[in-house]
Amino acid sequence: MRTQRKSVAYSQIALARFGRNYIDLALFFAALAALWQGAHELVGAEGLSSPLATFARAGVLLSSKAFWGHAGATGLAFVYALAVALAGGLILGLLLGYFRLAGEVFEPIVGAVYSIPKITLYPIILLVFGLTLSAKVAFGALHGIFPMIIFTMSGVKNVKPVLLKSARAMRLSPLAGIRHILIPAALPEIFTGFRIGFSLTLLGTLIGELFASDRGLGFMLIRSIEHNDAETILALTLLLFTASALVGWLLLRLDRRIRRHKEAEPAAL
Amino acid sequence: MLNRRHLAFWLRVAFLLAAAAALEILCRTGIIPRLTMIPPSEMAARLGAGLWSGEYTADIAFTFANIGAAIVISIVLGAALGLLIHSLPRFRRLVDPMLASYYSVPTFVFYPLLIVLLGLTRWPLVAIGAMFGVVAMILNTINGLDRIPRVMVKSGRAFRLSRWDTVWRIKLPAAAPSLFTGVKLAVTYSVIGVIAGEFILSVAGLGRRIKFAYDNLDNQAMYALLLFVLTATVSVYFLVHGWERRIHRRWRA
Repeated sequence: MRTQRKSVAYSQIALARFGRNYIDLALFFAALAALWQGAHELVGAEGLSSPLATFARAGVLLSSKAFWGHAGATGLAFVYALAVALAGGLILGLLLGYFRLAGEVFEPIVGAVYSIPKITLYPIILLVFGLTLSAKVAFGALHGIFPMIIFTMSGVKNVKPVLLKSARAMRLSPLAGIRHILIPAALPEIFTGFRIGFSLTLLGTLIGELFASDRGLGFMLIRSIEHNDAETILALTLLLFTASALVGWLLLRLDRRIRRHKEAEPAAL
Repeated sequence: MLNRRHLAFWLRVAFLLAAAAALEILCRTGIIPRLTMIPPSEMAARLGAGLWSGEYTADIAFTFANIGAAIVISIVLGAALGLLIHSLPRFRRLVDPMLASYYSVPTFVFYPLLIVLLGLTRWPLVAIGAMFGVVAMILNTINGLDRIPRVMVKSGRAFRLSRWDTVWRIKLPAAAPSLFTGVKLAVTYSVIGVIAGEFILSVAGLGRRIKFAYDNLDNQAMYALLLFVLTATVSVYFLVHGWERRIHRRWRA
């Protein structure tokens, strides 16, 4: 009886907190919308379309065939680029993490290349690949591969020596050792690398389309900039922002769950 | 025994020199056509001549001033906002997921909007650089504040420190390692933001200069300027990186 009453009280608190969170969220978005509307009044529709008009435009875009054609083109380039970044980053990260000396030699180089504005390398990519899908893929992968390498490397470096020893004791082949020991042990870091690499690859693909492409959402964005079409610029920005924030948030939750799961394992392992 | 760190250092130098030499040979023998890339020695020679004649000085000054402004804004604003968000738990619960997923959004989609709002001046560049850097500073400020041992704040209260003194004498020093990580990221991100913005659309600056050279098939100037930007950003990276490492080491001691 008593525990029952207690659980009722708890659920009420939880419900109240839940409700308060939603009220806070609604207030936050209302404030954001008010700010946007205010800015719109200040600048005028030429510069900044109103929230209502922008949402209407986004709705039109979402129901148009042309939009999905461009989105498909971006998606294709993105998937290829992500595959390249993932596979390349994993292989290089495993190698640099496993061979200590190689890791020490290359870690600063990888870090430095990660920190340069890769957009400046775009002319080189174009000179090498021309105005093709490969150029977009290469540019996306160039953005995404470095976090993959860095996080995989640090994950493998931090694998407990006892695990590597037991792999040797069980005479696992190198490939089996990687598959059954290294990757599972370094999984949380690898996933964080994947999460960051995912968003950077998307960024790279979109930027690639901004400069040199005749298809894709980035191209649509640059065309509406050239036409001074504030409504479409804003609607596209809104759609891209919402979609990537949503995916980013989901990946972050997954990331935290994997980390917690890992930490919950018995320490002896 | 040769120190392992020194060995790694010299191997790294050897690798970079070998890579540059290989590139030089590939370009000189025409395996990499001149239309794709010019030999590194020519890049360096052209850059030296350009720097000497002063033809890049205005653009370099423009870019560096923008980067400096973006860095200052992101650090000051980021620390202030971090402090504010940290002191408002209810607001924090609300913005936490947004801050955490901020870098999953391609921030550059806002650049056209900033041009519309601020005009085709240097200010959209400063703004995009600051937008890129500020959240890293906010996140690390909050992280640093979270890690302040509670006993320190309590002893501050025991000494009846004023609010300002608590921030200045206790919170800031205790959060310093995280703050430096934030500064490091804010610097790197501001550099990326400003140069990328110049590349997309700008009236002046190194990024625009590179794009202009590319559009005019002026490979000499393009590669010379690329070399400059890469050298500058890599130097900044190692400077800030080394500085951060030294501070972390001192903190642990």
